[in-house]
Amino acid sequence: MFSSLLDTSFSLNDLWFMLKGAGVTLALTFWAVIGGTLLGVVFGVVRAVSPWWINAPLGAVLDVFRSVPLLIQLVVANSFKTIVGINWPPFTVGCVVLALYMSAYCTEIVRSGFLAVPTTTRRAARSLGMSYWQDLSFIVFPIALRVALPSWIGLTLGVMKDTAMVWWIGIVELLRSSQVIVTRIQEPLFVLSIAGLIYFLMSFPIARLGARLEKRWRENE
Amino acid sequence: MHYTFHWLPAFRALPDMLWGALVTLEIALLSMLLGVFFAVVLAVASNSPYRALRGAAASWVELARNTPALFQIYMAYFGLGSLGIHLDSFVALLAGITFNNAGYLAETFRGGLRAVPATQMRAARSLGMGQVQAFRLVVMPQMFRIVFYPLTNQMVWAILMTSLGVVVGLNSDLTGVTQELNVRSFRTFEYFALAAVIYYLLAKLVTVSARLMAWRLFRY
Repeated sequence: MFSSLLDTSFSLNDLWFMLKGAGVTLALTFWAVIGGTLLGVVFGVVRAVSPWWINAPLGAVLDVFRSVPLLIQLVVANSFKTIVGINWPPFTVGCVVLALYMSAYCTEIVRSGFLAVPTTTRRAARSLGMSYWQDLSFIVFPIALRVALPSWIGLTLGVMKDTAMVWWIGIVELLRSSQVIVTRIQEPLFVLSIAGLIYFLMSFPIARLGARLEKRWRENE
Repeated sequence: MHYTFHWLPAFRALPDMLWGALVTLEIALLSMLLGVFFAVVLAVASNSPYRALRGAAASWVELARNTPALFQIYMAYFGLGSLGIHLDSFVALLAGITFNNAGYLAETFRGGLRAVPATQMRAARSLGMGQVQAFRLVVMPQMFRIVFYPLTNQMVWAILMTSLGVVVGLNSDLTGVTQELNVRSFRTFEYFALAAVIYYLLAKLVTVSARLMAWRLFRY
């Protein structure tokens, strides 16, 4: 078994192919995080400040994205796209579904960050003569950011790992590219280990950074 | 839009899909039970005086948390296969999800254990309880309260993760059954939309029953 690791038919070209797959993974993550965060911030603030008859339906709709497997969401979205006749490439479909998926989780993070700011702090800001928007941008935003950022980093990494599922709608990203190579050279353990290593290298440093931020900000409390 | 929806075949397949949902629930429950067991082992190992044990626990946790669940299932199915360990797709899926659950829950338990003040243990011991007794009767119930909500969250994730079994050829769970029906008829949207509804209901079933359980357990 170990001899097969030494005289492998895995070539530099294969590694390049996998790194290109990793590039696709990062590109998907990038667009999903941009879209998901923008939507999540809007929805999160709306959920935190709106009356129940806006809050409850919005929450229920977003909850669907958290209660249905991403794989199923991708398949349903992809076939729905064909039905209504939108001519998007799979990559766009993947980005849109991942962004909506991320926005559902991001909404909850933003909302809990927003609600973590004590009402008394906000009242104090207002009675010092700040306007509503000044209160939001100089008081609520900095405090909520500290609460939300560590979870947001965790969510971003989660979405990066979940991009592995888009191969189902025909996108060759990191994990799929490793599968393609496995089909050719028949060394699943070795090739998958390399894929795993690349994922680990993309995720671990950022995860550590998040943990450190969380720790440091907690000390100030 | 030149598409006629055909919902009837999908509704006819509903009994089959519900049986699949039962398998999904079964895998998720098993993976949670095994996951909790390994997570407790990992949480204890990461506090152990032996460096090798701490290292092993840390690498399990970091690997589980920093690679995709799909990768872990592939590893259990194809990776172990090339070492001569051939798992069938059900076991490979279960192993993959269990590995993932244990990694995430180990962190949860570690946090939960740290949240119970050490004085609780000392107070219990000075009332004459043994180490095990104090842990079981005083520390555990308090820890359980703290980890209960993350535990139900992980259960929902476990259900969502079971959908990945289809990539290693599992055809008995909800996604597997749906995919089999799909390749026979190519009514992709109808079948998978129905599967999505069933998954949603399963997830709601878990959260609602967890809420009921919490109400019964943590009432005092």
